[in-house]
Amino acid sequence: MTPIIKFEGVTKRFGQTVVLNNFDFIVAQGEKVVLIGPSGSGKSTLLRVLMTLERIDSGMVMVDGEALWFVRKGVDVEPVTESHLRHMRAKVGMVFQQFNLFPHMTALQNVASGPRYVMKKSKAEAEALAESLLRKVGLGDKLASYPARLSGGQQQRVAIARALALEPKVMLFDEVTSALDPELVGEVLDVMRALSSERALTMLIVTHQMGVARALADRVCFFEKGMMVEEGPPEQVIDDPVNPRTQSFLRAVKLT
Amino acid sequence: MEFSFALVWEILPQLLLATIVTVEATMVGFVLSLVFGAVLVTLMRTPSRPVRALARFVMEFFRATPLLAQLYFLFFVLPSAGIVLSPFVTGVIALGLHYGAYAAEAYRAGLESVPKGQWEAALSLNYTKLRTYLSVVLPQALPPVVPALGNIAIAMVKDTAILSAITVTELMFVANEIGSERFQYTEPVTAAAVIYLVLSLVATALIHLIDKRFRPEEAPA
Ligand SMILES: Nc1ncnc2c1ncn2[C@@H]1O[C@H](COP(=O)(O)OP(=O)(O)O)[C@@H](O)[C@H]1O
Ligand SMILES: [Mg+2]
Repeated sequence: MTPIIKFEGVTKRFGQTVVLNNFDFIVAQGEKVVLIGPSGSGKSTLLRVLMTLERIDSGMVMVDGEALWFVRKGVDVEPVTESHLRHMRAKVGMVFQQFNLFPHMTALQNVASGPRYVMKKSKAEAEALAESLLRKVGLGDKLASYPARLSGGQQQRVAIARALALEPKVMLFDEVTSALDPELVGEVLDVMRALSSERALTMLIVTHQMGVARALADRVCFFEKGMMVEEGPPEQVIDDPVNPRTQSFLRAVKLT
Repeated sequence: MEFSFALVWEILPQLLLATIVTVEATMVGFVLSLVFGAVLVTLMRTPSRPVRALARFVMEFFRATPLLAQLYFLFFVLPSAGIVLSPFVTGVIALGLHYGAYAAEAYRAGLESVPKGQWEAALSLNYTKLRTYLSVVLPQALPPVVPALGNIAIAMVKDTAILSAITVTELMFVANEIGSERFQYTEPVTAAAVIYLVLSLVATALIHLIDKRFRPEEAPA
């Protein structure tokens, strides 16, 4: 299996807080990985590093065979250039807990904006693509709606379509169903499940909803204090965890 | 002493001519303040720390010192540096600089009102910085700033009167001149005040219209 994401000895600090400590992690191309773990354990930071929203302090992050933050120059490492970061960003898309849709744009404009401004497609082409994506996530009748007029579940589906419009190889989902009313989780999960059948697409999903993990994961990773404590297929990690810390975490989330 | 409406009627053409200068000074000064404010706020957001500090100092300086002092400074000091400008040009530059500092502060508040998540979404979609400002940040940052900019415009209508101090023939200057020629100040000054009131009301109404335009009623569900 070809790795599409590789963390090698990555360290990330916020001031005194060490969030990732000499962290190693490999994701195979097309793999659907679900990250679980207590709040503050560094799950979001891991995704944000891949989205270039956070810089790392040291180590190597490779995406699709290319260095993300630092490149090796002989024996030294050098920070990458802004144009390289733009090149790398095109490989990755992200969906956020709070949707972060652009409130002054319609659903269609939200999704069409990337193809139009970033991929430099014509307006007609971008809008046709946006329309087909919105249909795919079940929002063909909401093209002209502004985000404020959509439910949380609908907004999140627009956000997924918006990220997909740029044809990323890796999709990152950071607690995308956590801000939703329980009855709206299903519609977003359905979209993600449909997406997970796309073999080539790599998905990294942070969630504390075990139903989401079970539905999507090839592999579940339990994360604590910036370390991978336990990983494996969902039926093993969720239903029959070995590590006592995983066990106590799961007991706690299952109670809620 | 009787208030003479006949006199008001007689001097009205002169006053209206001067009103044109007042309106021109307001409009040019306002546009300059919008531009200068935009330059200041841009400098306040550059990566360079010294540039940011300088821009912040300039902003504080123009807000903390009187407009009249800034006006005199430009009017008397620039010529000695070999820069000779007409009183009108000097006056609108002073207005633009003074109120530009306030405009910068308004812009800054508007920019800070845009949630961090919007920047992050734009970055994750691989927008350039420029594209992020044009398509994501400014469309959200500017509408809430319209009332503050409107207040600047209204304050500027009145503050154009200060330009009389450097012989710009705007409304206050002309009213004062008529007063001193005829030894009768009540009518010209009262008439000028009424004209200022009308100008301010018109400006307020305009701002209101613009503000409404910027906040389109949401389409019915
Ligand atoms: N911008 C930031 N500044 C300072 N500390 C941060 C920042 N972002 C995250 N942290 C800290 O890093 C740690 C990991 O955070 P995060 O990755 O958000 O965890 P998780 O998503 O697993 O809850 C936490 O202790 C958090 O307080
Ligand atoms: Mg998090």
